[in-house]
Amino acid sequence: MASKAQTLAQAERLFAFCRNSGAQPVQTAVLQPAETLLDLYGEDIRARAYVTSDPLRGEQMLRPDFTVPVVQMHMDDGGDPARYTYMGEVFRRQERDPNRPNEYIQVGYELFGGDDPAAADAEVFALFSEMLSPFGLRAATGDIGLLLAAVQGLATTDKRKAALTRHIWRPRRFRALLERFGGRSPVPESRKRLLADLDRHGVQAVLDAAGPEIGLRSRDDVAARLAALQADAAEPPISVAQVELLEDILSLRETSLNALAHLRDIAVDMPAIAPALDRMQARLDALAAQGIDVDLLDFEASYGRTTMEYYDGFVFGFYAEGRPDLPPVASGGRYDALTRILGRGRAVPAVGGVVRPELVLTLTEETAQ
Amino acid sequence: MTLKLGVPSKGRLMDKTFDWFAEHGVQIARTGSDREYSGRVEGVEGIELVLLSAGEIPRELSAGRIHLGVTGSDLVQERIADWENRVQALEPMGFGYADLIIAVPRCWADVDTLDDLDAAAAAFRAAHGHRLRIATKYHRLVREFLREAGVADYQLVDSQGATEGTVKNLTAEAIADITSTGETLRANHLKILSDGLIHRSQATLFKSRSAPCDDACRASFRALSDRLGLGS
Repeated sequence: MASKAQTLAQAERLFAFCRNSGAQPVQTAVLQPAETLLDLYGEDIRARAYVTSDPLRGEQMLRPDFTVPVVQMHMDDGGDPARYTYMGEVFRRQERDPNRPNEYIQVGYELFGGDDPAAADAEVFALFSEMLSPFGLRAATGDIGLLLAAVQGLATTDKRKAALTRHIWRPRRFRALLERFGGRSPVPESRKRLLADLDRHGVQAVLDAAGPEIGLRSRDDVAARLAALQADAAEPPISVAQVELLEDILSLRETSLNALAHLRDIAVDMPAIAPALDRMQARLDALAAQGIDVDLLDFEASYGRTTMEYYDGFVFGFYAEGRPDLPPVASGGRYDALTRILGRGRAVPAVGGVVRPELVLTLTEETAQ
Repeated sequence: MTLKLGVPSKGRLMDKTFDWFAEHGVQIARTGSDREYSGRVEGVEGIELVLLSAGEIPRELSAGRIHLGVTGSDLVQERIADWENRVQALEPMGFGYADLIIAVPRCWADVDTLDDLDAAAAAFRAAHGHRLRIATKYHRLVREFLREAGVADYQLVDSQGATEGTVKNLTAEAIADITSTGETLRANHLKILSDGLIHRSQATLFKSRSAPCDDACRASFRALSDRLGLGS
């Protein structure tokens, strides 16, 4: 087990590597306003981050990652393009496994702006690939943007697409929704009764019978959703063929070029994913130009769906194959949508990643032995 | 070393605990005045009675300061992280039943399942600019339940009492609370989601996995187990 001093020394080396690649070193506060993070990640973040309170500033969170404060900093006064690097502790509350560290050092590299997202994706990936080249790690890649495009490509209502999109990062709920919209799971009895009542008596009568109006969710809110339920019930299910196309995409695991060829076949029946495939092609070209062997690069369409839910494009991770017990040594991805949320309407293309120095040190020691 | 048995120090939970042990051939009684928190155990040698608030028994078990304790399974699962590795549920005791449930206003004609709650939360957030608030004191259990169910766009607000009133008072849109008959829910115009049962709680005899126990203490535990018919 590496000492903290050794880990820090390793972090300094990785930090220097990022600076030498042209990134400007930045720092962020350890205490972050909890509200921003809670609004982004939802209540689940409370199980993973330390929340503390400040008598004047309200709830504060020990930073669970750097991305959010770095994005905020950039949106306030960043140039275009801008490259940042940082080094410091992140804090993760552990409710299950006492052996997992609750604080560890991250070194990160983030790239904002520019006019060539494919080149930016490739630059960030290649940086971590080179940094970690002594250890023979397996790289995993995926593309959340492709999944978002595939959902948009379904021949169904915008409401259904929005519901599926909202749950891209919760695979089980996503599956349940797809089963329902595809007509493959039975409509619950209570819903059938409700729809029958609505047909027979109308929305207002159903509301009158339900109970006195209490709380902030108003009668109009309820009426709006009842109308939405009626409208949805009148819609045909998503066709079997379309559901199968989507499932085909979701389960795709191949080397990148084979994956792209297969996806091109799918695009014949689902043309909406074609632009995402053009972007994937451009990214693979840019990766090849960076010296990455794209023939061997794994692509897993569902990769990144269960991690942080702000990634919405290219995603990647580097894994020590001999050590399945270790978390990814480095990981990252594209998060354009996050900049739009934190930039209050203004958006900047952004891609970045982080590496864990103590894991690099562990692998260095193993390689030396 | 004596075997320390933690039991609730007052009320119906204490009486029923004493009754349960008596039915199993172990007499527990408080000693001294009504106000003095001390007691004794008869029928098995080497057991020390520790009278505690039911809410503190999970913490004492987890810390290993008592070997055995009687409390609600809801309290253990809420208050002890990774509870299965810290305590062992020896025996459900058949009283102190209470269901931890999610309830919403009855006027929400469109909401009957967690699926509905999730969809309603998304629409609510879009319309009102903040996440749908659920009042509870069972933060961990509720959060884990909703995460498993894939419900998003909600927030938990702390409510240590009169939780059923929070919706009418506009401090929450829904609640997650303990109910036994549902009477208070109905009186406050709330209904339980059809798949909103989070945990079915009852008084349970728990054993600490971390309390130090020597030969004498283990002998007392075996004697008590035999008397109570545990594991048979």
